[in-house]
Amino acid sequence: MIKKDAHLILEITDLHASVEDQPILQGVNLQIRAGEIHAVMGRNGSGKSTLSKIIAGHPAYTVTSGEVKFQGKDILNMEPEDRARAGVFLGFQYPVEIPGVSNLEFLRVATNSRRVEMDEEELDTFAFEDLVNEKLKLVQMDPIFLERSVNEGFSGGEKKRNEILQMALLQPIVSILDETDSGLDIDALRVIAAGVNQLNTPYSATLLITHYQRLLNEVIPDFVHVMSSGKILRTGGKELALELEEYGYDCVEKPSNNKEVN
Amino acid sequence: MADYRQWLNSLPEPNGVLKNLQTQGRASLANLGMPTNTLEEWRLTDLNCLQKILNLPLYKPNRDYLDEEKQKEWAQRPKNGFRLVIDSQTNPLEDINLPNGIRPLTSAEVEKLLVQRSNQYSSSRNWQVAINNATATNFLALKIEGQNLPPLELIMQSDSGAFIPTRIALIVEDKTKLNLLQVALGAANSAQSHLVEIYLGKGAELNHGLIAFGIEEANMIANLFVEQKTSSHYSFTSVQHGWSLSRLESLIVQTNGHANTTLKGLQVSSKKQQIATHSRVKFEGPQGCLEQLQKSAATDNSHCIFNGSIQVPQLAQKTNAAQLSRNLLMSNRARIDTKPELEIIADDVRCTHGATISQLQEEEVFYMRSRGITTEQATSLLLKGYCKEILDNLPVESHRWEILDKLLKSVKR
Repeated sequence: MIKKDAHLILEITDLHASVEDQPILQGVNLQIRAGEIHAVMGRNGSGKSTLSKIIAGHPAYTVTSGEVKFQGKDILNMEPEDRARAGVFLGFQYPVEIPGVSNLEFLRVATNSRRVEMDEEELDTFAFEDLVNEKLKLVQMDPIFLERSVNEGFSGGEKKRNEILQMALLQPIVSILDETDSGLDIDALRVIAAGVNQLNTPYSATLLITHYQRLLNEVIPDFVHVMSSGKILRTGGKELALELEEYGYDCVEKPSNNKEVN
Repeated sequence: MADYRQWLNSLPEPNGVLKNLQTQGRASLANLGMPTNTLEEWRLTDLNCLQKILNLPLYKPNRDYLDEEKQKEWAQRPKNGFRLVIDSQTNPLEDINLPNGIRPLTSAEVEKLLVQRSNQYSSSRNWQVAINNATATNFLALKIEGQNLPPLELIMQSDSGAFIPTRIALIVEDKTKLNLLQVALGAANSAQSHLVEIYLGKGAELNHGLIAFGIEEANMIANLFVEQKTSSHYSFTSVQHGWSLSRLESLIVQTNGHANTTLKGLQVSSKKQQIATHSRVKFEGPQGCLEQLQKSAATDNSHCIFNGSIQVPQLAQKTNAAQLSRNLLMSNRARIDTKPELEIIADDVRCTHGATISQLQEEEVFYMRSRGITTEQATSLLLKGYCKEILDNLPVESHRWEILDKLLKSVKR
């Protein structure tokens, strides 16, 4: 939902970043306001996932210049956990399996650390179970997955449901969902998309990172950005995703080859 | 060396039921001398800590061992269970009514035991056994029989500023079933030497746990000797943490094979601690089974050591033994040494072993941090997951012991 006077949640300015001295991002500019859904599309290696990890604070990436402001505050010097507590959520493309760590306990510790930041009371085991059982319905997830180790032995779809469950529990202000649609069958995609739609509020924002149009049929973006070689080359509305679907990324990267596309 | 001789000469005159062992132990100590790092079995041991053990006075006769501060760390008694408190001097059975099926050995039985069995793990070649023999005066020897016995908890006393040696023998009769938990808590600037010998009869089942938690400047050396007859099941789960030096030596002998042994060990070290497990399993008959999992986690400047020896002679055909050593290095300065040692002569056996050393996975830690969990909390959750596999095996409602939670809180990345 576009409201021009809505406050800026995320503001990325001329962001350059590298990994192991290899430049990946080469001047990304992006503004996301409350209530908006943005989609970043692009080929493999265009820098989409790097952008998401840098916003979340992954230590393997080095920001060489530029700014990332979250609710007006520069977050690049903040630890990943402080960003998460403040309301930045990254849904992983490949959620990490953590053997031996109970999913339920992991979810409870994470939820409580965010609740403290929101001046809400920490939940004990029983109160948390009530909350998590309610949120499970949102992603149609079997409670049995709470008893297992984090993501261990989960199918691709179950891992993604677990990501959206975390998003529901943490009530983030900005959710960056990195290839949340990858590896999902059409039914699972609809469940995940319904969850994302329900969690989108006028006070929060969502950044979808995806290769394909199909997620965008379910979660309708207000803006679509196309990334290439570490930059956003073009921004448009949801129709841009359809153009990409029809003509491929060349229509943005080499527009001279596709004269009919404006 | 002069100090060592001086220490030996300062020991009180041999006395009591263990008098002969004391004499033998002291002779062995004089003969063996102080261990040195040139000896393979002591190569990695922090010998300064051993020296500190000898610097502490033995026994403090007028001292009340039931230190109230220390007792605050004790868990509630096990439900329907039975607890004995052991130190080097007072009779643990005084004013105690033992449950049905458990009785002290008679003088004649003790005499017989000491003569017949002790040559199995002679002090003449083993310094840890020698020092226990040389110093222990108190002997808790129990005969245990029955299938509905209450769980037994043995608390090994510690006293700051003193060295406490203890010696225990348990004769577990045929077809007896018992759950046993031993707890050794080290007081500040203290030392302990424990020797436990267990004889498992035919078809007997013993589930044995050891919680050994020390603090700064507390040292523990311990020996476990277990003899298993056919069809017996022996399970031993040990957790060691927090000692300046902890060195656990175990020797399990399946005398005629056809028995089951399960060994699960966890050692977690931090600061400058050194925690070591030296285990040896001997199959003296066919068709014996062993399942062994040893885990270590080391942080700061600490050091964990595991030596796991399995001996399968010619007569131990169809032995089935599996040993796995899994290790977690949590700092760049920590050190872990692990050495599986399989001596297999028999040709129709299945023996496997493996050792892994890894670090905390950065991606796992980042995943948790991206959910608002601090590195410290993430480390604690990961370590808890790592340790759970072993801790879950401790018998006798071990969760009563809140110190187990300390284990997870004290280790930081």
